[in-house]
Amino acid sequence: MISGVSIYEILTVSTIIFFIGVYGFVTRKNLIAMLMSIELILNSAALNFVVINKYLFPEHLGGAIFSIFIIAVAAAETALALAIIINLYRLIMSLKTDDTETMKF
Amino acid sequence: MDFTYTVLIPLIPLFMFLFLGLNYKRIKEPISGYIGTGGLLLTALISFYTAFQYFFNYGKVDGVYQKIYAYNTVWINFTETLHIDMGIMLDPISAVMLIVVPLISLMVHLYSIGYMHKEPGFTRFYAYLSLFTFSMLGLVLATNLFQTYIFWELVGVSSYLLIGYYFEKPSAILAAKKAFIVTRFADFGFLIGILIISYVAKTFDFKILTNLDFINNLKMQAGMFMGLSVVTVALILIFIGGAGKSAMFPLHIWLPDAMEGPTPVSALIHAATMVVAGVFLVARLFPMFYFFDDGFALHIVAWVGAFTTLFAAIIAITQYDIKRVLAFSTMSQIGYMMLALGVSGYGGQEGLGFMAGMFHLFTHAMFKALLFLGAGAIIHAVHSNYMQDMGGLRKHLPITHITFLIAALAISGIPPFAGFFSKDDILAAAFEHNFPVFIIGYIVAGMTAFYMFRLYFRIFWWNNPEYKHKPHEAPATMTIALIILALMTIGSGFIPFSDFVSPDNIPFNSHIDWNLAGASIGIGLFGIIAAWIFYKKEKDLSQRFRFAFGNVYKWAYNKFYIDEIYFFITKTIIFKYISAPFAWFDKQVVDGTMNGVGNGTVWISSRIKRLQSGKVQDYAMFFISGVLFIIMIIWLSVNY
Repeated sequence: MISGVSIYEILTVSTIIFFIGVYGFVTRKNLIAMLMSIELILNSAALNFVVINKYLFPEHLGGAIFSIFIIAVAAAETALALAIIINLYRLIMSLKTDDTETMKF
Repeated sequence: MDFTYTVLIPLIPLFMFLFLGLNYKRIKEPISGYIGTGGLLLTALISFYTAFQYFFNYGKVDGVYQKIYAYNTVWINFTETLHIDMGIMLDPISAVMLIVVPLISLMVHLYSIGYMHKEPGFTRFYAYLSLFTFSMLGLVLATNLFQTYIFWELVGVSSYLLIGYYFEKPSAILAAKKAFIVTRFADFGFLIGILIISYVAKTFDFKILTNLDFINNLKMQAGMFMGLSVVTVALILIFIGGAGKSAMFPLHIWLPDAMEGPTPVSALIHAATMVVAGVFLVARLFPMFYFFDDGFALHIVAWVGAFTTLFAAIIAITQYDIKRVLAFSTMSQIGYMMLALGVSGYGGQEGLGFMAGMFHLFTHAMFKALLFLGAGAIIHAVHSNYMQDMGGLRKHLPITHITFLIAALAISGIPPFAGFFSKDDILAAAFEHNFPVFIIGYIVAGMTAFYMFRLYFRIFWWNNPEYKHKPHEAPATMTIALIILALMTIGSGFIPFSDFVSPDNIPFNSHIDWNLAGASIGIGLFGIIAAWIFYKKEKDLSQRFRFAFGNVYKWAYNKFYIDEIYFFITKTIIFKYISAPFAWFDKQVVDGTMNGVGNGTVWISSRIKRLQSGKVQDYAMFFISGVLFIIMIIWLSVNY
């Protein structure tokens, strides 16, 4: 419980982060930047878990633990995505999304 | 007596067919002939033994020949009474066929070892012959109408395969196709007849169908159609099927063309066995034919038979291809058998016609097979089917000459050869029951003698042309078959047939009426003497007669243009005015609709396929828009 800050304000922040992430994912032309946007989405979700746990069910720890899981899974996922991106870069010497659209009609 | 072993009779040829057919590249020429002939010899011995046991030891109970089910198993079950069975039935007529079919088939197998020498596909030929023998035996031993039909079609298929044996010859292919289509067209009538009978009688079983109590019951119950009992209509339809197989007018057109096949095939299938299947079928259902509507269907049988016998005899006089003469002669003789069945009564002496029909079937099988095999030996020696290329062959082919003469005397009805006895019985039966039919039969007896001896004198006497290759007598396998059949032709007339075969299966006594017999011998001799005058020596008497007859001769020579009429009906009327508009409708409207649906799908998908851009961001965009849209709808529905 943070004094002077209500749950609505924190949830608003997390929603803003989420949509920044979505916007970045849809608009960025660089694969690394898209990956960073995904991280933002995940972080906003983790933030939601923690905040709801803290404000609504302070006697439980489920939300906090869940957010730790999300961080761990996100790290693994990021490592995987980076490996793919590096391999892709070796293959086509580019990280632009325009150059990777070969899987189409 | 347990007759279960009779299942071997059709199964051995079936095995031979599979064995030779599957190994036809591995088994070389003479071996397959020996295998096929050996297998058939076994079948023939079992068949003869069975027929002997049936007639003399176990068939007769209290003076009546029984219908024995040697083996019967339900194959397809519809209702309590209506089921399709597979089995073996022994009764007098199937026992008679058990002698005819394997005997002729064995002779043809033996003969073909010599005749088919050095033909490509020798083993294939024997495989087909075995298939045919299997089908024919299954047909004559059938326990029920539907089994008959199944084997009926199998017989048609093997006939098709054997007519088209020289499949590189276009005329053979056309003939095979014609035979199959014409008989198949007729079999459609047969099938409908079977379906009607199964609907009305609720059984296929021959034992029940030919039972008199059952027939009397059925007479009460069966409905009417156009003033006739439904069963009579069904019988007429079944007779159409029989007429197709037996080459009765107007479904006879396939038989002369079927002579494109190898000559042994003509002897076996298109003279002795398969073409009499129609006669056999009528005989098999004879009580039904006789009792429904006072034998209305039987009258049709008699008149179709009588017309065909006259019609074919007229054409036979004018033909030059010796196999065609024999083909028309076969048609004429089968017409005789049909006529005999048609004028028959039921029970005791009245059943003479039935007995005579089956007797003629038996003797005709012998002498017509002999004639065809003799013709095969002649063709083998001269390398031509046409009389014009022959003459004076009696010195070159002594054995063929004697056997051919015996067969020709037999078919002309000269005693003591087989044909005399059966033909005399037919004429006696016709004389008593149907006088106009008797007159036709009597005239045809004379014409038969004339055209057979025209053939005989033209081939063996006439003149002595110079042959390029000196004709030589056929090899032993062929002449042995000829001699055995000649002996059968001499001997089989003395069989007291009425002791074995009658419509009600009770033996009766038949005597030769020598007044009538004298008349029929007289007209036979008249025909022979006329042929002797015309054809003994080369002269232009026959030419002058031909011109005297003018157009009549021309019509007969062209087989009364029946083929042309068929062509006109099928090609001009059916194909052009019925099929062509249907084809147009099918191509334009039906296909057009389907093609339109397909093309529309292709066009739409070519437009929308661009949505798959390959960019994950686009997909994410669609996904998010969709989610937002759904959320908006939920939000709106919750709030308003």
